[in-house]
Formats: sequence, structure tokens, C-alpha cells
Amino acid sequence: MNLKAMDILKKYTMVFALVLVTIFFYWQTGGKILLPQNVNNLISQNAYVFVLSAGMLLCILTGGNIDLAVGSVVCFVGGIGAVMMDKNLNVWFAVVVMIIGGLLVGAWQGFWIAYIKVPPFIATLAGMYAFRGLANVVLQGYAVGIRNETFLKVFGGGENCYVPDFLGGSSLNMTCMVVGIIVVVAYLAMVIVNRIDAKSKGYSVTPLFQELVKFVVIGAVILWIFYKLANYKGIPAALVWIAVVLLAYAYITTRTTMGRYLYAVGGNEKATRLSGIDPRKVYFFAYVNMGLMAGLAGILVAARQVGAQPTFGQGYEMDAIAACFIGGASAYGGEGNVFGMVIGAVLMGVINMGMSIMGIDANYQKVVKGIVVLVAIIFDVLSNKKKK
Amino acid sequence: MGKILLEMKNITKTFPGVKALDNVNLQVEEGEIHALVGENGAGKSTLMNVLSGIYPYGSYEGDIIYDGEVCEFHKITDSEKKGIVIIHQELALVPQMSIGENMFLGNERGKKNAINWNETYGEADKYLKMVGLSESSRVLIKDIGTGKQQLVEIAKALAKNARLLILDEPTSSLNETDSRALLDLMLEFKKQGMTMIIISHKLNEVVYVADKITVVRDGSTVETIDCHTTEVSEPRIIKGMVGREFTDRFPKRSGVEIGEVNMEVENWTVYHPVYAERKVVDNVNMNVKKGEVVGIYGLMGAGRTELAMSIFGKSYGTGIKGTLKINGKPTVLKNPREAINAKLAYVTEDRKGNGLILSNPIRVNTTLANMKAVCDRGIIDTDKEYKVSVEYKDKLKTKTPSVEQNVGNLSGGNQQKVLLAKWMFTDPDILILDEPTRGIDVGAKYEIYCIINDLVAAGKSVVMISSELPEVIGMSDRIYIMNEGKFVGEMKASEATQENIMACILQSGRGE
Repeated sequence: MNLKAMDILKKYTMVFALVLVTIFFYWQTGGKILLPQNVNNLISQNAYVFVLSAGMLLCILTGGNIDLAVGSVVCFVGGIGAVMMDKNLNVWFAVVVMIIGGLLVGAWQGFWIAYIKVPPFIATLAGMYAFRGLANVVLQGYAVGIRNETFLKVFGGGENCYVPDFLGGSSLNMTCMVVGIIVVVAYLAMVIVNRIDAKSKGYSVTPLFQELVKFVVIGAVILWIFYKLANYKGIPAALVWIAVVLLAYAYITTRTTMGRYLYAVGGNEKATRLSGIDPRKVYFFAYVNMGLMAGLAGILVAARQVGAQPTFGQGYEMDAIAACFIGGASAYGGEGNVFGMVIGAVLMGVINMGMSIMGIDANYQKVVKGIVVLVAIIFDVLSNKKKK
Repeated sequence: MGKILLEMKNITKTFPGVKALDNVNLQVEEGEIHALVGENGAGKSTLMNVLSGIYPYGSYEGDIIYDGEVCEFHKITDSEKKGIVIIHQELALVPQMSIGENMFLGNERGKKNAINWNETYGEADKYLKMVGLSESSRVLIKDIGTGKQQLVEIAKALAKNARLLILDEPTSSLNETDSRALLDLMLEFKKQGMTMIIISHKLNEVVYVADKITVVRDGSTVETIDCHTTEVSEPRIIKGMVGREFTDRFPKRSGVEIGEVNMEVENWTVYHPVYAERKVVDNVNMNVKKGEVVGIYGLMGAGRTELAMSIFGKSYGTGIKGTLKINGKPTVLKNPREAINAKLAYVTEDRKGNGLILSNPIRVNTTLANMKAVCDRGIIDTDKEYKVSVEYKDKLKTKTPSVEQNVGNLSGGNQQKVLLAKWMFTDPDILILDEPTRGIDVGAKYEIYCIINDLVAAGKSVVMISSELPEVIGMSDRIYIMNEGKFVGEMKASEATQENIMACILQSGRGE
């Protein structure tokens, strides 16, 4: 039993860390950090981190490879969109161009990395400079505002970036509460169906008690988040995008062959090649996908900031990389998952927000972030060492 | 009888699960060349690693007595201080650095924070002269040939004031002329009073230079032959090397009918991927029939793995020439995927490096080479995948609590079974098994042999590469013998004996 408890502790280290950190800030900020508005901000402000981390995770899985260019690409794509909408072009046309722009950037970098074997660090460092430059060219060095209402509403920018309350509620956003309940029920249904299916086929299942505890905890957290949001303005549009991306990537990494190949290449590239899988295609996919996510993040950021400006997205790549590594992705590749990445991103977000509310100097905030990343990696390296 | 410089007494070294050295005794006289011979894995290199302190004092049992005193070496520098210097089979030189820099790497001339380059290169030139190299010590390592690199290694050893020089397979990567030059250099050093231990597979070289020969077999020293008092010949040494008795180590295979030719390789030549002028596989012709186990025997470095991998979708080498016929049809396999589709499977010798993903569970490893069988339009059917991996686990008797176990946690024998399962799941007609029983215990070996028998009974062809003679003879229907990239003999297993296979290799070596 003791050993099992240790295993669980090890598996969910970062979850416990997140809980402890939240309690710490709750205490230090006199509860302010969990006010509905702040919970809402935590989600909206960090939307780009979740989206970029989903792309970054796939790159990291292939062997600890990172993409330094994403911050510049976010700015580049956002700039293209802002300029297009400024010229009164159709909003959906602009969105499609932004997405394709992200994909092309990904294909460009992926080609050099996968087929010419340029080290990812170098290829994306080059991209970081080049796309920052291009973004400035597109914006001609100025900030360009976005006035298109549709764009702002759909992608979560401006004041009214919330899913409208169809059901109507006086102080509580009823739609938000109902959606929260639906999500929990759907989750419960999934767990039950899965369990019945596994049992009918005679597979081993996790003990009922353990499963119940897990369900109650996760269900409670979901309900709690939706309750907080309902107390503010409801479901932020950004949350819809985050949810779609995270669910899609949780599925891709666990249930598709491409997801499997990402882990395989990161785990043992030679063995993967000899198994008839072309690692070059896998690298290429990872970076094209990263481009797609950078494109989407560019859209979300442009909407939230109601425009684009030449300094957008600086340091975003580091936030995404940090979220993945804190979330347990191995710096050597082959290990990591979406759940961990989400925890990593939330942990960073809570630390950022908590320190801001406490009024800690921005420079010291960076120091703390740096230490958190280092500690997470040390943990990864040490636990790998023990396995040997 | 001269003075005994080195005595290793009752050395026993155990690795988890394996006794690598069992009560080994070795005596080396001052000023002699002492040869250590034995099959791969007999324990020669382990013994030398114990001597040089790579396996530190305390990790083995027994005593090392050097120059009259008992020594406790904790690391390599301890033994080097006493003048024991080992030159490993793999050259340990940095290609981008000059000869002089390499020679004093970790042993720099001058002060700690101020390297004296004049002294470095001056000294280096002096030692280079001693080994008969005329190159300047400022030349980069990558610009000189392997033969000269080997001499640099020796010069480097001399620079450490070596008194006892250990050479592990010094000629394995050299051609005949360079090898001869090196051996003559050894004889020259002997005249000057240097003591040397040489480990070699090439028995003709051993006979040429050695004063005494110690035979190691299965982690024990079998005998020491004094070349000055007894008539020493290669067959005499071979007898010592392979002299174990045959027992019932191989399951009988009966009633398997050998059908028509399944795969044929004609005039197959492969060049080294980096040193494109070096032939690794030289004009090989071979064939495999349905229901047949064909053995390829050769020592390490003979080009067996390179041959197999070059056939398996050009996974190794450059400038591959020759024809590959599958079921009589000439086929070009450009990559492993095409090879798998052509019903070929290559089960690697390096299961950790090239075969398995240790950080992933058995289930994932089992299906990796044939994902399309367990998925639908890119979506994995996890139920099917689970079923498949359980089926193979049961079939091959893999010992594990569940198929969700990470492969890295399994023993060598069980890892090998997972690797076999992975390739059997691709439903191949021809399986190339590269050292399928390396590093696994006797019980697991027997089970692997049974699997091989089941495979051929199902009409599949098996090519088994091995450097264990008894295994090749016990398991194969037909045996090819490979040496230095060439096939130097072919015989039916019924006609093969350990002696005539070894003789085959020796004759080919002499013919050059």
C-alpha cells in the first residue's frame, strides 16, 4: 500500500504542486486569486499558452525538440490578419489566410528539420528572427487595431467575448452552469462505458474506489470552475477553443497512429525506422502541426489584444516549452502527455497571477519562473537516472 | 624464467544474473607478449577491464599483484599511474583534434590553465617517431588512415610511460599490411623490454607474436600454452577455445520439409556509410529455402549485421550493389517499409539500441511494425491491439505481469521475445534473426530455439546470424561462413564441425 501511495504521489507530483501553490497564493492574497474574475482571467489570458503547448508537446515528444519561432509566428500571423481586416477584407477569408500562413511556416521549418536534418534549435532560431522581421514588414512597424466585431466575438476578444446566456439568469449565468453539469455527466458516462466495456472483454480495470475518487475530484474541479465562471460573465469564448484543442490533442496523442509514432520516434528513433516508419515524416508532421497551433494562437492573441503590434508574442515560445517540461514531458523525448502539459500551463499561470496580485516586482517574477522550470527538469532527470 | 610482472589471482566478477569471470588466474612475465584468446563473450575484455580499474576494486573478488605488490585500482588513472595502459578496440580519438592534442588529452603538458603547446607538439613528435610515424603531430586525426590512428593510440600509451601495454583487438580494423607493421612494432617494443598483453581473434597473428597464450572460455582460464616449450598451432588453440561438450541444448526439429528457394542474394556488395571506399560486404551470394534455417557464422565485425541490414530495405551502408530475388523475382527494397511489405523481417542483434522502445509497454512495441493491422484510418483500435499483444505474450511465453509493462523492466530473454513477437506480428515469410540469443540465459535460449523451430514448421524461412559455433551447428540446416565481408564457405550442418568452420575462416584470412 505504501509503495502504491508513493507511485500515485509520483504520478501526480505536479498536481499536488499545483494544489500547494494555489493554497499558498490563496493565503498570501487573502483569497483574491480565486475570485471569479481572476479564474476567468487565468483562462483567457493563458489561452495562447494552452494552444501553443499542444503544438510544442508534439515536437518535444519526438526527442526533446523545441520550436523557438512560435512567438514570432504568432506575431506574424496576427499581423497578417489585422492588416487584412483593416483593409476591410472578409473576416473568414482573413482567418483562413492566417491558418494557412501558420501551416506554411510549419512546413518551411519542418522541411529543413526533417529532410535536411538542420538541428531544430537552429532552424527555429532562424525562424524566430526571420518571422519577427516579416511581422514588422507586414505591420510596417505600427500597431494595427481590429474592429471586426465577428472576429472579436468568435475568438474571445474585447468586452463581450463570452458565450451568450441563452437561459437567462439574474446573478448567475445559467448557461454556464448547465454546460458545466453536462460536461461532468458526459465525463461520468464516458468513465462508465469504458469500465463496462473493459470488464465485458475481461481486461483488468482500476479498482472501483480509485476510479470513484478520481471521478469525484475531477468532476468537482470542473463544476467549481464553471461555478466561478458563472459568477462572472459566463464561458469565455477562448475556453471553447482551448477545450477543442486540448480534447483533440489528447485524442491524437493517445489514440492515433501518428500520435504513437511521435512517442516511438522520441523513444528510439533507430528502432522506429527499422519498424518501417519514416521518422522524417513524423518530424515534419510535428512541425507543421506546431505551425498550425501557432496560427491559431496568433488568431486568439490578436482577438484578445484587439489588434496586432510588432512586439507581440515575445517569449511565448518559452511559456509553451516551460508548460510542457513542468508537465512532465521528457527533455529527451518519448514521454509526456496533454494532461500533464495542462497542469504545467495552469501552474505557470497561477504563479504568474498570484505574484502579480501580491504586487511582486515583474523582474522577480521571472526569477521564480526560471527556478520552477529548473526544478521540474531536475525532477525529470533524477527520476530517469533511478530507472537505470 | 623471468620475473613475474603481473599476477591476477582467483578473479571472479559477477554482473546481475551472470558470472562473467569465474576464478580466473593469469600470470604475465616481464618482457613477454602474452596473448588472450577466446570466443566472443568468453570474458577477455572483462578481465582487462578489471585489471585497468574500469571495474573498480571491490566490484570483483580476487587479487591483482603488480610488480610485487597488491593493487587496488579504483579508476583508470590509478592503473595508468603504475604504467598499465589499455588500448581499446574502439579507437578513442577525437577526429577534429590534432595528433598532439589527442595524445595528451587529459594529460596535458604545461600548467593546468596554461597549456604549453611547444612541449605538447615536441613531445608528441618524439613518441610518433618511436612508433614509426612520420606525420607531424599537428595533423588532424581525421586526415590520417585507421592504421596510422592505431599507431597514434600506441604513441599515446607510450606517452603515459606504459610498462604494461594491453592491446584489445588492435588489428580488427586494419588491413593486412598495417596489421603486420603493428605486430612487428610490438616485437620491437619487446626487445626494448616492454611487457604486452594482446587480445585477438586472429590466431595467425597470435601465433606470430605471442610468447605465451592463455585461453579463456566461459569466464574461466582453460590453459596457458608456452610457445617456446610446446609446438603451438592454430588447431591446437581452437581446440582449447571451443572444447566444450555437446549436450542436448538444441530442440530437435523433425518432419519439416524444405521447399523451394524463397530469397536469393546475388553479388551483394555494400560499402561503409562513412568511409565510402571501404567494402563491408564483398560480393556475397546466398539463398534461403522455405522451411529452412540457414546459419551465417562469423566473428564480430565480419559484416554479418551489415549484410542483413543492407538487405532489409537498405538500412545500412552506401553504394549497395547486387540483386535480391524474392520468390524468384528481382526486387528492390528501398526502405524498411518496403522490406516489411515484401514479407521480410529483420530481428536486430541490438535489441535495446535498434529494436525496442524501452520506455513503452509491451503492447506498443508488439504492434509498432504493423500498426495498420490494429487501426482503422489512423485511429488505433486499442481492444484489438491489447488482444494481439496478449496473444503473442502467451504464445511466446513471455514472463510479465501484464502487457502494459514497460519493456525496459523486462529481462533480456523476455525482451528478446517481445522483439520476436513484434516481427512475427508483421507476418513475414523470411525472418533474419541477428544474434537471437545474445546475452540471455540458457533456459530462454532453449525457448527461442523452439520458436525458431515453430517458424520453419509453419513454412517460413529463417536466416540466423550467430557468432556462437555450437548454436549455428545445432540449429541450422545449412551454414554460410563469413569473414571480413566475404562468404568464405558453405556447408551442410551435418558436415559441419567447430574445427572445420574455424579452419575455413583461418584459411581465408591467410589467403589475403
